[in-house]
Amino acid sequence: MAFNGHQHDNEIVDEDETPSKLPRCNKEMHGHLRNDPQNEAAAPAGPSTSDRWASNATPRHRKDSVKKTRPPFPWFGMDIGGTLVKLVYFEPKDITAEEEQEEVENLKSIRRYLTSNIAYGTTGIRDVHLELQDLTLCGRKGNLHFIRFPTHDLPVFLQMGRNKHFSSLHTTLCATGGGAYKFENDFRTMADLQLHKLDELDCLVRGVLYIDSVMSSGPSECYYFENPTDPDHCVQKPYLLENPYPLLLVNIGSGVSILAVYSENNYKRVTGTSLGGGTFLGLCCLLTGCSTFEEALEMASEGESTRVDKLVRDIYGGDYERFGLPGWAVASSFGNMMSKEKRESVSKEDLARATLVTITNNIGSITRMCALNENIERVVFVGNFLRVNTLSMKLLAYAMDYWSKGQLKALFLRHEGYFGAVGALLELLHPS
Amino acid sequence: MCAHYARSVETSPTMAECGRVDSHTMDKSITLPPDEIFRNLENAKRFAIDIGGSLTKLAYYSTVKHKVAKVRSFDHSTKEAASDKLYEISVQEEVTARLHFIKFENAYIETCLDFIKDHLVNTETKVIKATGGGAHKFKVLIERKLGLKVDKEDEMSCLIKGCNFVLKNIPHEAFVYAKHADSEFRFQTTDPDIFPYLLVNIGSGVSIAKVESEDKFERIGGSSIGGGTFWGLGALLTKTKRFDELLQLASKGQHSSVDMLVKDIYGGSYGYLGLTGDLIASSFGKSATADKEFSKEDMAKSLLHMISNDIGQLACLYARLHNLSRVYFGGFFIRGHPLTMHTITYSINFFTKGEVQALFLRHEGYLGAIGAFLKGAEEDNPNQYSWGENYAGSSGLMSVSPDMYPMQRARSGTFDMLEMDRLDRQLVNLPLLQEPSSYIPDTVDLTEDAPAREYWLFCFEDALDGVVKRAVASQPDMPEAAVRAEKFRQKYRHKLQTLRYQPFAYGSLTVRSLLDTREHCLNEFNFPDPYSKIKERENDVALKYYQKVVKSLEELSWEDRQFALVRGVLAGNVFDWGAKARPWLVDSYDQWLERLKGPPHKCALLFVDNSGVDIILGVMPLVRELLSRGTEVVLASNSGPALNDVTNGELQILTERIAAMDPVIQSGLRDDRLTLVQNGSSSPCLDLSRLDKALAMVVRERKTDLVIIEGMGRAIHTNYFATLSCESLKLAVIKNSWLADRLGGKLFSVVFKYEVPAGKPSQEAAVLTP
Repeated sequence: MAFNGHQHDNEIVDEDETPSKLPRCNKEMHGHLRNDPQNEAAAPAGPSTSDRWASNATPRHRKDSVKKTRPPFPWFGMDIGGTLVKLVYFEPKDITAEEEQEEVENLKSIRRYLTSNIAYGTTGIRDVHLELQDLTLCGRKGNLHFIRFPTHDLPVFLQMGRNKHFSSLHTTLCATGGGAYKFENDFRTMADLQLHKLDELDCLVRGVLYIDSVMSSGPSECYYFENPTDPDHCVQKPYLLENPYPLLLVNIGSGVSILAVYSENNYKRVTGTSLGGGTFLGLCCLLTGCSTFEEALEMASEGESTRVDKLVRDIYGGDYERFGLPGWAVASSFGNMMSKEKRESVSKEDLARATLVTITNNIGSITRMCALNENIERVVFVGNFLRVNTLSMKLLAYAMDYWSKGQLKALFLRHEGYFGAVGALLELLHPS
Repeated sequence: MCAHYARSVETSPTMAECGRVDSHTMDKSITLPPDEIFRNLENAKRFAIDIGGSLTKLAYYSTVKHKVAKVRSFDHSTKEAASDKLYEISVQEEVTARLHFIKFENAYIETCLDFIKDHLVNTETKVIKATGGGAHKFKVLIERKLGLKVDKEDEMSCLIKGCNFVLKNIPHEAFVYAKHADSEFRFQTTDPDIFPYLLVNIGSGVSIAKVESEDKFERIGGSSIGGGTFWGLGALLTKTKRFDELLQLASKGQHSSVDMLVKDIYGGSYGYLGLTGDLIASSFGKSATADKEFSKEDMAKSLLHMISNDIGQLACLYARLHNLSRVYFGGFFIRGHPLTMHTITYSINFFTKGEVQALFLRHEGYLGAIGAFLKGAEEDNPNQYSWGENYAGSSGLMSVSPDMYPMQRARSGTFDMLEMDRLDRQLVNLPLLQEPSSYIPDTVDLTEDAPAREYWLFCFEDALDGVVKRAVASQPDMPEAAVRAEKFRQKYRHKLQTLRYQPFAYGSLTVRSLLDTREHCLNEFNFPDPYSKIKERENDVALKYYQKVVKSLEELSWEDRQFALVRGVLAGNVFDWGAKARPWLVDSYDQWLERLKGPPHKCALLFVDNSGVDIILGVMPLVRELLSRGTEVVLASNSGPALNDVTNGELQILTERIAAMDPVIQSGLRDDRLTLVQNGSSSPCLDLSRLDKALAMVVRERKTDLVIIEGMGRAIHTNYFATLSCESLKLAVIKNSWLADRLGGKLFSVVFKYEVPAGKPSQEAAVLTP
């Protein structure tokens, strides 16, 4: 049974009920998600994504057909990572009085709960600044909300879902990330929810391309740092990600995945590294006793990594000219910590900063090597490690620019860590 | 007149004298061990020092006085007056060059410098080349103690120079590490063309260099996450100060309690990408989410994995970008530590799916010192010569598995040594090797074959008494010979003991290396040629029968003669040769005979074996036959003595004697159709990848199309499987029942292996075109 957000809406019983074979919706998506099988094989590069997206109101006569193939509310996309669960929620704002009446209480209560709060429990947070308003999705207008909470609080979330009788809505929950597999059983047993599992990299690529395409107004989704090698003039600038391919997509979550994206449907995972956000936080927790990412970042912003790291100038007294290594370059991360005296003289803030610099620079050099091997000049960094982490972004921007002698450009996206979840939501609306 | 030299080292001053050395040093508790460490210091020159974080490597060049066995034929004019001896054997002194490399803990620097100062006599050396991170720290001390000017050399270029040197001069220098294999070390055959390669040096940071030729290299990248990160971060996390202790901790830890694995995120594997559940998704990922204490061991292990994987990944990315498949790893992070070699190997395998192998070097720790030394010795042109590792004077690769050999792991007070002798001849490949890069001289690798190792180690130990007796008997006029022989016994027995536990100490353990080590040890104690008198006696006897043998061969039919000639070579190879019925154990005699009915070979290269009957009554008649057929002959014999093998010096005299009796041999010599060359070796075995350059030239000039290798050492223990680009004949009698058994035959089984390279016209084709 499908409800389309309405209880016992008998007039649409002819809709496809099989959650795994979700109906295709709208034509107003204009194939930008390649939902048209005839288009799929044809033009992999296609017109630029920004052209393809039309957010204008769609003609009424088409809306009926759209309605027929639309999945029922609520519309969620979920990405259950190693550290964080990312949730995107589409809040319809065009609910008619009639709909309002028909809307079941459980659905209403979920909508109200999510949209009226910006914090859930002790750890859930809605990133209000990322909210996308007046978005048209599947013929419905509404706001897209971005919510996150730690993966270890998933049981609390499931409990809440159970309390709010989420399962009675008979919705399909599209989920990606490793947790979609790991916790599939918990979803079923604890909350009576059936997950539609999706590959995280498919979702990531889809999410990135989608968000970039819809962000035509407001702050630019994509940005870069101008003058990355000059700290005084290093400023954030919007970047128009037109004709984005080929693209190196670096997703820094707990670990790191590096993808080479050649078109919407053509990408490959180049490599990955286990030295990611989880490593930064894990090491900071062990080294400084902190317990949250924000705390760790705060400490890092106050520390000095050069007291912890051994620099080229510490060894050579200046630049290592023979090999073009500048004196300020790190020769050995944590290298000064080999000495007992220096171990005793550094602060926790210094250690946090060194950890941040070490992890960030390492991601930078692996990325740079991948870009060279794949012959790609544009690199987009995403993932929650970059959330409120300007330090790392500037470091990455610097590293890409400096070591490539200006050949490589580091790009960032405002919705850093949410692309997987967005991709999962899109899968709900337009199964690929 | 001809002379022949065998090397032997003058006994060096012992370190027993060192007790008085450090009376004025600050740390009186440090004394040098009573072994011979800084040998031949009185002749030392051209010092170089590489001071690392914990170990110092000292290099110097010395001239060594050798006792050489020399043979000299008696002048014909005074022949009547001379004794009835065939030729004169004398022991003389000769001076040649040796490189010494000594590795010791930094704590010994001052004591060592004092010792050197006290023993350095005849040196004009004014400068000491220095490299390594600690060079500046000890600069003043070195200059004050030795009165030498410290001249600093760039670390990276020293490493690469050193790396080139060991790769070129030490066979089995590089190895692949396989933790769970029968032998942890799988030594690589050295491709004669060592370039290009990638050198990943993991010191406190990581440097990655692409080396394209002797003089051309480029630092193409690096990483700040290296040994210093392991050490520094490890010390912070575990409160453990020493690098070795951190590794010990890591060896006992479980990284999965600290790392977030794929299965921690997925509940299993990430099948879509083929990532298994045990892969690390996020290093230290669990310490961010789990609110608990982590053990030092687990954190150390996690850290080790994180760093090794990261370095491995970068190395692969660089290797791919520059299209290089040979990647050598060095630096203190690697330095013989099985754990880091294992994790790096694992990482490389993972990231390249086995396309690139992580290679390690037996003398990795010496690269910097060797390179610095070479930079200071350019006027002596060390790179123009070939050098050979002296097994007697080198410590070999220390045992590394802490679990297996806990005692040897305690490095404190250990002085590790490498000595390399300058070889008289420059050594190159036999140009006729089918595939030089994959040629392996040795038939059985005792490092991998445990039963064979067991047998041969026992065998050599068992034979030691006999060797000692013969050594003493060879020097009846020297009363102290017995004492020296006893020292030889101890040294060689100790080597055998070491090899029992560390079969990989000098590269792959083989019968050849056991034999060579014995020769090196004999030389070490001034027994340059224990068999000289026996050889002379046997040669003398055999000469008396030469004409008779030749005459009886002449009387045979052509076909009978060919068989008799082969039998002669085989019989000379063993004394109690009976009438061995054919078919032999390996028998391609019929094909050989067919081939002989065809056109003569252009030129035959013959690697000879024993003195006496073998060379005179076996090989020489065959040489004679070949010459008569119109085939030129190149006789290759040992440059230096080994067992009762005929040396080049002896063979020159013997050939002259035979020429005096035999016009065929005489005209051969006169017309330059019979040439005597030395093979550049002093081994009872034969390494076709290290032969005298002059031999290689002759082989090429004469368009050699037949190679004959005779004797067990050269045709069975080595080269049994060697494939050549021309016809070859391997002849031997198996004189060892264990080996015969191994090969599926009985004692005194005959191997007659005639081979025609694939693609060459077969002997049948040759027969058709008379």
